[in-house]
Amino acid sequence: MAHAYTPGLRVTEWARLTRERRLPLKGHVLVGQGDALEADTIVARCELPGNVQTVNLAARLSLDPVKVPAALLKPLGTQVAKDEPIADSRSLFGLVRTVATAPAKGTLESVSSVTGQLILREPPIPVEVNAFVRGAVAEVLPDEGVLVETRAAFLQGIFGVGGETFGPIAIVARGPDAALEAADLTAAHRGQVVVAGAYVPYAVLMRARELGVAAVVVGGFDDRDLRQLLGRDLGVAITGSEELGLTLVLTEGFGHIRMAERTWRLLAAHQGEQASVSGATQIRAGVMRPEILIPRAEGAEQRHPGGESGLEVGSPLRIIREPYFGRLGQVIELPPELQVLETEAAVRVVVVEFDDDHARAIIPRANVELIAE
Amino acid sequence: MSAEIRPQDVRSILATDCGSTTTKAILIERREDGYRLVVRGEAPTTVEAPFEDVTRGVLNAVREVEELAGRRILDGERIVSPQRGDEGVDLYVSTSSAGGGLQMMVSGLVLQMTGESAQRAALGAGAIVMDVIALNDGRRPHEKIRLLRQLRPDMILLSGGTDGGDVKRVVEMAEILVAADPRARLGAGYDLPVIYAGNRDAADLVTERLAKRTALSVVPNLRPSLERENLRPARDAIHELFMEHVMAHAPGYKTLMTWTDAPIMPTPGAVGIIIEKVAKRDGIAVVGVDIGGATTDVFSVFAGVFNRTVSANLGMSYSVSNVLAEAGIDNILRWVPFEVDEVELRNRIKNKMIRPTTIPQTLEDLVIEQAIAREALRLAFEQHKSLAVGLKGIQSERTISDIMSQTETGSSLVDLLQLGLLVGSGGVLSHAPRRVQAALMMVDAFLPEGVTELAVDSIFMAPQLGVLSTVHEEAATQVFERDCLIRLGAVVAPIGAGKPGQPCVTVGIAAPGQEPVTRAVPAGELVLLPLPREGSVRLTATPERGFDLGAGRGNVIEAEVHGGAVGLIVDARGRRPFGLPEDAARRIALLRRWNAALGLYAREI
Repeated sequence: MAHAYTPGLRVTEWARLTRERRLPLKGHVLVGQGDALEADTIVARCELPGNVQTVNLAARLSLDPVKVPAALLKPLGTQVAKDEPIADSRSLFGLVRTVATAPAKGTLESVSSVTGQLILREPPIPVEVNAFVRGAVAEVLPDEGVLVETRAAFLQGIFGVGGETFGPIAIVARGPDAALEAADLTAAHRGQVVVAGAYVPYAVLMRARELGVAAVVVGGFDDRDLRQLLGRDLGVAITGSEELGLTLVLTEGFGHIRMAERTWRLLAAHQGEQASVSGATQIRAGVMRPEILIPRAEGAEQRHPGGESGLEVGSPLRIIREPYFGRLGQVIELPPELQVLETEAAVRVVVVEFDDDHARAIIPRANVELIAE
Repeated sequence: MSAEIRPQDVRSILATDCGSTTTKAILIERREDGYRLVVRGEAPTTVEAPFEDVTRGVLNAVREVEELAGRRILDGERIVSPQRGDEGVDLYVSTSSAGGGLQMMVSGLVLQMTGESAQRAALGAGAIVMDVIALNDGRRPHEKIRLLRQLRPDMILLSGGTDGGDVKRVVEMAEILVAADPRARLGAGYDLPVIYAGNRDAADLVTERLAKRTALSVVPNLRPSLERENLRPARDAIHELFMEHVMAHAPGYKTLMTWTDAPIMPTPGAVGIIIEKVAKRDGIAVVGVDIGGATTDVFSVFAGVFNRTVSANLGMSYSVSNVLAEAGIDNILRWVPFEVDEVELRNRIKNKMIRPTTIPQTLEDLVIEQAIAREALRLAFEQHKSLAVGLKGIQSERTISDIMSQTETGSSLVDLLQLGLLVGSGGVLSHAPRRVQAALMMVDAFLPEGVTELAVDSIFMAPQLGVLSTVHEEAATQVFERDCLIRLGAVVAPIGAGKPGQPCVTVGIAAPGQEPVTRAVPAGELVLLPLPREGSVRLTATPERGFDLGAGRGNVIEAEVHGGAVGLIVDARGRRPFGLPEDAARRIALLRRWNAALGLYAREI
């Protein structure tokens, strides 16, 4: 592709970021333009319409549907308690009265003279949205939420599960290539964002959950363990709404993969500082990667290649497919002509020199990822 | 097409397909021998951030076409049209499946009757059906309401009741929709498009309930009577609303719509048009499959009846992990001729899911990818068979006995013995390094019976040619025959099972100007016989007693088959049932023998 770009995951010391905090429905915004926010500040609140119950009054009362609206004991819009009578009918010359009661607490919303159905709406469900990250209100979206602006060190993971959380960063693994061990974790890690190295076994992740760890950030994790964690095989990478008791962010991928040095160093430099973490991942329409934001006051914004800037000689990159999966290196050469792989496919390639042993390899361009700042 | 250009004067055509990952552009020019494909370019689709404008990807793909063709098409960010000298093109068309394609929910009264008809209407129009809601779907009303809220479809097709039939139940479905108050997927600022195609007597009551809350269109009933299905008005309304409501809200599409000379069509809708034309032209039953990154579409024409299904979560990149979830690891591993550690395989598949644009670099990786493709294709075809029971879209008659059989098995239309041509497209088939790999993937997944020809879409041009055929049929047909369809040859597969080594079938090939070839193939074997790349040959196949090629057990069949890039595959591995040994060592030995017999890979693996 002439204009191919290889989007990389961002790992940067300092960036000015904006996060939209929006209610699922219109409601009330509780903060104003310029207000300083902590991660747990509630910025907006609304009430989701309650669940709907349908009550077949025509059947319950043995009435023709057209007569059902007149059988209601209370006008539409009335709030009723569970088991409260809501409609009745009389039969056998008015001697026998049949009463229909409310199946749940709620409001009588509508009744149909065609179907004889009553719609009862259960009480609204309150929903609150917090700021997620320390910063300030950059813009108020009237009735809907706010845009929060923050200046932060910023890291994107490749895949995550679990929702939003925050806590101080704790470097727990002994190095970027070390696996997290149960013995590394203590009660002091409760509410913290634990940084593991290359791998976390399932049992150790469970130990972290028991201890109340807020999030685990790690190079790799086994899919077999993910299946156990979720209770199902994850078919499509759309995550973030799981209630797992902690958030898991993979920085490299599935398997035992050394965390990129840059990622490790950046996290280590902010040990003890508060980080906001989201595991939400969507690899489909609207690509969304998990993220770690570490708010900080000062710094210089760094270049964000992304976009169409593409690979250049000297670009740092990560190999993202076998047989060199997870290795890091830099671009030595970008041969313009197609090259034939072992599979016999002819593709565009890049010559890479690995960081660790300085060996060189030819890799399809599709199988590398820029390490973006 | 510029107003002043007549179809016969069109010299050059640009066509793009905005897929979920890649935007593909082709340039067609009129030469002395007719319309021919000149070059093809591609670029990543740019519907998502950071670009959020589909036209960026289109322009990038067109720029690649410019570079490869050595001529200008663009003037800045504008397609030059009509062609001026060597610059620009006379016609520009496009299809799109970016942003997840068209996602719909459909509803009917009875799942197996109007529910199924509504599903066929939506699928035939190129939609992904997220769910079918019906009175008898086993969900309680509040569960239906919750589902409608959660799924956020692009559009809803509401059907139900025959004309003059039940009104009350139809209105009940409309009331459920009102209570759910569903929101459209793309942006909250517009009303959700809803098409009502049910009992005409309920139309006013449905309008009363839905008109103020949704963008409602009322069209003629898609099931006016039990014996009749009329899908066309609903399909047309889907296409219209797709353009008006859905595409108009996708990033950049408003601009793209002003560039094209024909309405932008959903990609699978366009592929269906081409498949239908081939079946009609050659008078044969055709199955087409398009295996993409996120979804797999299957199209079929049996006995003149067109059907399309889409398996929304079976694909080779975004959905690759779902193939594992649905097929199970054992079904994938059964096609792999070497031992693989399960933990390692699971991790590989997930790594492909999270980085969907990577490609196999090692032969082992390619073999695993092709094993996954076999299972994705197999599952997609299973789903197709269960829905390909339909009537022709335009007012076909169906007898009461047909209706009964429809609710029974839903597979009455797909008859593999009648299948004349199996066409594959999508990266894993079209770009397989050896054509024989594509052929065997299709044979293993679809298990054709009797004699079936095989082909692949060379560079996946079917969508562009499908939409082109709506404005310039001559150009579309010429390019399809000469540059798009690559004939692979044919497969002969007797029905029956025998002990390995026992006589199964004898095949004779007579090609013009060549010595006739005769070959006896024993049960359990897979054999490849050469065929000329062009033209056709006379095939005679004589099954042993106990085996059937469609003319009855032991009866000879004769057929004229096209040659092709692969040859004639004689598949005596058995049908009904086809099975692989449970024992891993025996299975691996067998796979290796078959792979060697077909020259599947460059080395033994």
